[in-house]
Amino acid sequence: MGHPPAFDGPVIAVSDLRMRYGDKDVLTGLDLEIESGGVTALLGPNGAGKTTTIEILEGFRARSGGSVKVLGTDPAHGDERWRAGLGVVLQEWRDNGKWRARDLLQHFGEYYKPYSEPWGADELLDLVGLAPQAGQRVQTLSGGQRRRLDVALGIIGRPGLLFLDEPTTGFDPHARREFHELIHRLTDLDGTTILLTTHDLDEAEKLAERILILAGGRIIADGSPDKLARAAATTAEVKWLQDGRLQIHATDDATDFVRGLLATDGGTVTDLEVHRASLEDAYLSLVARFEAGQAEAAVDTFKEATA
Amino acid sequence: MSTANMNSTIVNTTLHAYKTGVKRGLIETRITLTTVSDLLGFIMPTGIAIAVLFFMRGAQFEGSPVSLGSMNMPSLIGMNVVFGGVMGIVGTLSMDRTNGTLLRAKSMPGGMTGYLVGHMVSTALFVLATVVVMLTAGLVLFEDLSFGTPDRWLMFLAVVLMGIVTTLPIGAVLGALINNPKNMALIMLPFMGMIAISGIFYPITALPGWLQGIGQALPMYWMGLGMRHALLPDAMSAVEIGESWRTLLMFGVLAAWAILALALAPRLLRRMASRESGSAVAARRAEMQQQWG
Repeated sequence: MGHPPAFDGPVIAVSDLRMRYGDKDVLTGLDLEIESGGVTALLGPNGAGKTTTIEILEGFRARSGGSVKVLGTDPAHGDERWRAGLGVVLQEWRDNGKWRARDLLQHFGEYYKPYSEPWGADELLDLVGLAPQAGQRVQTLSGGQRRRLDVALGIIGRPGLLFLDEPTTGFDPHARREFHELIHRLTDLDGTTILLTTHDLDEAEKLAERILILAGGRIIADGSPDKLARAAATTAEVKWLQDGRLQIHATDDATDFVRGLLATDGGTVTDLEVHRASLEDAYLSLVARFEAGQAEAAVDTFKEATA
Repeated sequence: MSTANMNSTIVNTTLHAYKTGVKRGLIETRITLTTVSDLLGFIMPTGIAIAVLFFMRGAQFEGSPVSLGSMNMPSLIGMNVVFGGVMGIVGTLSMDRTNGTLLRAKSMPGGMTGYLVGHMVSTALFVLATVVVMLTAGLVLFEDLSFGTPDRWLMFLAVVLMGIVTTLPIGAVLGALINNPKNMALIMLPFMGMIAISGIFYPITALPGWLQGIGQALPMYWMGLGMRHALLPDAMSAVEIGESWRTLLMFGVLAAWAILALALAPRLLRRMASRESGSAVAARRAEMQQQWG
């Protein structure tokens, strides 16, 4: 469904991106390259600079330094044609509340006509599951319905790149599941690359083929959910009962430790358990330390764990 | 692509954005007409103004041949053109920055142009509707008001159009400067002051000289004068400054304001647009919730 690519190379290419507000460095040399297709999640604790990064990529914010190319163009100099190739879905949008859903889609589609063949309003309402709400005023939609309408508005011009900024914030589990299903449907339409930000690891693992973890102003981990999970799982916790007492030992090589343990215990060890640290554990400890103000230390530990 | 080709593409896409904007204006107008709260916002102030004038029919201004009510009627139409034109744009621009409508426009190709054109169109239609309703009420209620000759109609139309062309860009300039609805008071209070010294409810000649001077530097006085010119008997010009309608000067001052505002508006609007982002909208909304909640 995407735009005919008018450029060669990655959809997003960022090197040494820096952003400074007053004397506070938010981004300290971010490097990032995203090839066409698929869903990439930019994951990080609140305040890590996700929104700043995405606003720079969207062309809504001027950067302090570094080079950025989105669809082959520097967002700071993107023209209307470049703009037509992007779709943007923000955290919370309450615009045009008095319009009826179908009217809004129909009218906003017209802006894209000089650049692409926009979706028809009814087709799009079907795709995002809002056909029954077509005649409803936008302000009467539920939170989840409103966000699905935002997605419809985001993809209406068949963009080559779609940004989703914290798309499920404030959703109940049902609305969240429905939204995730919608994102899966979007990935079946070819040609659109999706970049979403989230502070929720579970969401990133469910939706993305590639996860980038942003903390301390740069990307500290990059890979498929599987790869990150395996990397994080190098330390393991071994628990067992011996003489009626619970024993716990942390080790990098659980196999070797258990072999030694069982060879020398004389049959007294029972209830043996081995827990691999999950990506979730590693990520949660990163977030916890980040929020405790130990940003640098947190980043270092996480890097060690996932290197 | 050749340069000529590229230029024609840019012209076409810009033209397309303008056309889409006009459509947007018409849709917005239709929405206003079918939304009860919007309709009340239109009917109430106009209705109150007409009711007040109705009770002032008997009151006289010293030595004038017509009632104070019939003098005020045209002035009030003039006031409503300025108020509706300026505040219509200011209010929308500041609200739309809080709810993200402006950011949405920024995220679409040609969206900002379409948005602004759309609001110019819907505000102009809103002002015209106010004028038509008030004029109809005035012609029914006050015998002194009259359109004796076709040139009166022409004068009326010319002044109203001039007023719209002047006030919409002024609204755009002020709206671009006010980045938060809570700062609306910064515009409303001076606006009320301007009404007080513009000879709307009482002839400006009753004011001290220096206030007359300030009043005459601002567009509202001239809109009121133009409307009185179009709607009152010529003998009534005796009440005005210089005992004349000062037709040329009236158009001249309004045109000067229009040119000034049109010169400033594009740059200020571009600055306003460039500052819009998701986090800017979120910050504004958080601030509003803090104040109200």
